[in-house]
Amino acid sequence: MTTSSKALGEVCADVRPGDADDAVQGVAPEHVAAPATVEEASELMRVAAEHGLAVVARGAGTRMDWGAPPRRCDLLVDTRGLDRVIEHAAGDLVVKVEAGLPLHRLSETLEASGQRLALDLPLEGSTVGGTLATAAAGPLRLRYGTPRDLLIGVTVIRADGAVARAGGKVVKNVAGYDLGKLVTGSYGTLGLIVEAAFRLHPLPRGRAFVTARTAGATAAGEVVRGVLHSAIVPSAIEVDAPADGPVTVGVLVEGSPSGVTARADAAAALLGPGAEVGEAVPSWWGRGLAGEILIELRVKPTDLPRVLDIAAGAEARGSAGSGAWQIALPADAGARRVAEVLEAARDLGHAVVLTAPPELREGLDMWGPVPALGLMRRVKDQFDPEHRLSPGRFAGGIC
Amino acid sequence: MDVAAMAARFTELLGADGVITDPVRLRTYDCDGLTYHRATPGIVVLPDDAEQVAAIVRECVAAGVPYVARGSGTGLSGGALPRTDGVLIVTSRMRRILEIDIDNERAVVEPGVINLDVSRAVRPHGYYYAPDPSSQQICSIGGNVAENSGGAHCLKYGFTAHHVLACEIVTPEGEIVTLHDWPGYDLLGTFIGAEGTLGITTKITVRLTRLPETVQTLLAAFESMEAGGAAVSAIIGAGVVPAAIEMMDALSIEAAEAAVQCGYPPGAGAVLIVELDGPAAEVEEQFAEVERLCREAGSFEIRIAADDTARALIWTGRKSAFAAVGRISPAYIVQDGVIPRTALAQVLARIDELSRGSGVRVANVFHAGDGNLHPLVLFDDGEPGAGERAEEVSGQILDLCIEHGGSITGEHGVGVDKSRYMPRMFTDTDLDTMQMVRCAFDPAGLCNPGKIFPTPRLCGEVPGVRKGVHPLVASGQAEQF
Repeated sequence: MTTSSKALGEVCADVRPGDADDAVQGVAPEHVAAPATVEEASELMRVAAEHGLAVVARGAGTRMDWGAPPRRCDLLVDTRGLDRVIEHAAGDLVVKVEAGLPLHRLSETLEASGQRLALDLPLEGSTVGGTLATAAAGPLRLRYGTPRDLLIGVTVIRADGAVARAGGKVVKNVAGYDLGKLVTGSYGTLGLIVEAAFRLHPLPRGRAFVTARTAGATAAGEVVRGVLHSAIVPSAIEVDAPADGPVTVGVLVEGSPSGVTARADAAAALLGPGAEVGEAVPSWWGRGLAGEILIELRVKPTDLPRVLDIAAGAEARGSAGSGAWQIALPADAGARRVAEVLEAARDLGHAVVLTAPPELREGLDMWGPVPALGLMRRVKDQFDPEHRLSPGRFAGGIC
Repeated sequence: MDVAAMAARFTELLGADGVITDPVRLRTYDCDGLTYHRATPGIVVLPDDAEQVAAIVRECVAAGVPYVARGSGTGLSGGALPRTDGVLIVTSRMRRILEIDIDNERAVVEPGVINLDVSRAVRPHGYYYAPDPSSQQICSIGGNVAENSGGAHCLKYGFTAHHVLACEIVTPEGEIVTLHDWPGYDLLGTFIGAEGTLGITTKITVRLTRLPETVQTLLAAFESMEAGGAAVSAIIGAGVVPAAIEMMDALSIEAAEAAVQCGYPPGAGAVLIVELDGPAAEVEEQFAEVERLCREAGSFEIRIAADDTARALIWTGRKSAFAAVGRISPAYIVQDGVIPRTALAQVLARIDELSRGSGVRVANVFHAGDGNLHPLVLFDDGEPGAGERAEEVSGQILDLCIEHGGSITGEHGVGVDKSRYMPRMFTDTDLDTMQMVRCAFDPAGLCNPGKIFPTPRLCGEVPGVRKGVHPLVASGQAEQF
């Protein structure tokens, strides 16, 4: 037993040697620890600091293939033991939870009170912490924003093991820096997210999905534009464009049952004669694409036809009303094709390779130009001066 | 370095009309909306663009001189309080709306652009800019970014952070960079609401919101605050998300009546203003529900605004409330605290006790939907000791907010006014962690120093127990409260 495993075992009941199944993009951790409490997690991080261990956090592990592989991984912290709903103040439309709680379980708790956390669940099983760490969002972003917009308080364990909180459990609060936004989307490079408080919304009493196949990219662009600038107030405007299939536009309308009917009809009129209105979620709706090469884009809503043009022959899906897209390419697409897609996408806005086969990664600029990277590096240096938290996983090779 | 000695260099950079050194003119910048903190700036500069802001900041950094940015100066926590030994960078010449892109629901503006002017510019296209702080006729977008401003309608629409897509900033070291929420760290979200301590914004891309199809407003009068509070709970509990719910107590109604003759129902112990907006059919349906819930909670009079004029009349009393209190009291403190909305009745009862116990009158105005209280603590500044007593009651109200799991500020910011309360809400570790961000952006500690944090950490210092006088205090760069 090494000194570090002994020390880890003294502060956390559930510590074991890592095995091949725990590998993060091929990098197997020496230890895997599953803290049951925030205190245990804090002690683990303190011991990791004392022993100079590189730490990677894992929730349900649904997005471990996103980002670059860690340069080192001595300790994998499995957060799934931190799965309590700490407080659901239904009357205040606020919930505070531990980070290892799966989003679907949170939804079940909230539904019982007629409420929801207005975030989609693009990947089955995802935890609160993982969703925050990757800033993953789906169709509802158009109306409710992304995780950063709903997060009102956060508890993070720093690289040195100290437990730091920011925000709180009230929706309106401008006291101190908003560290919640800073750690959202930081891929575990600034600290271990252990608790989060969110603003909730009432579950809408009615909803309708309006979908229609369009004649192609230009037509889809016109339809989306029409809905976006209408009085329909959609909760989401999505586009699904399979590699060889037709381009489908989908609109989600939520509200009171009678209102929804009228607005869905209005949306159907804008979508054209083939539009279908239904309560059932379309099979593709909000599902993350499964391609081996996955690229995320942020562009202007009006860039829709160009995005589909760039993706031609590959799969594209996105929140067209917000200009947030994913393009999925097959593993055999070839480095040149991927580079072409990236170059064209980066002419429009930002594009990041979320995941790609290891042999392709080498030759790809995964993150592309990241504005303010210098400042980001300095933030990293402050929070993790020894560069032990998810080293190498993040933008610009932040290590 | 003496600030006055920088005048020549600034004149070279900005021209003579971009630099103010005349003591009389300098004094007009000695405070923001929080008038009881005053400091005449060493020098005022009025840049025209980002390059000039960056050049000014670089001069300050080279000289080791602190600097503060100021928009319209309407802030209520002293966030734009100048330094007598520093430079005040005023953005009032940066008032261009650079781009309006309706197709993509966004506009690009300079920091000095007035909040309401954005809405005015895009209204003909059927859009507006959602954050609406009560000072929106004069406050600047740059100031809104610094304070993460909300407004009466932020219950439904959120704050500035939810409506800004990108900010070009001049970093505390004088570099021009653009912040986004992605890719990389969400430095945009970190910057917004940092009260000007992480740099100066020079260009803001704001999100535009489509004007609602319908707006409906009602005023409901109740005999007591408890009854009004119960109506608020019932409305939220029914799953309605109003655009705004505002509540006023008898004392603030009396003040508003004296000031603007808003004609609120006589004898009301509380009035509630509820506004719904959105698709017409649903607003109508929910509005009927709100009306019913108000009656069930005991409202003895409900007025529904038939048109925009009637709506404006209903809002007049609420919007004038702060200023109106000046009619019934020689001086007052505007407090800004937040509680979980469900604790409203309890906290109001405690505020009442505090008021009775101390003899200090407190008028209550608040954004009831999100639990944001604005108690107005009244006092006679001619009476010895009255200000101190009011200050004490005001502080005790903040303690109540913290005790109930709330916040010491919902929208006015910490600034200089509340930095001493930060340790009551956050631990030393929390504050040290926030300071790490500060150190990453502003290692020299020259960008709006002395705001937000009671005891600034010297960058490079290891967090932990501090002994002796803080180096920043010893060097005169910071004060401790």
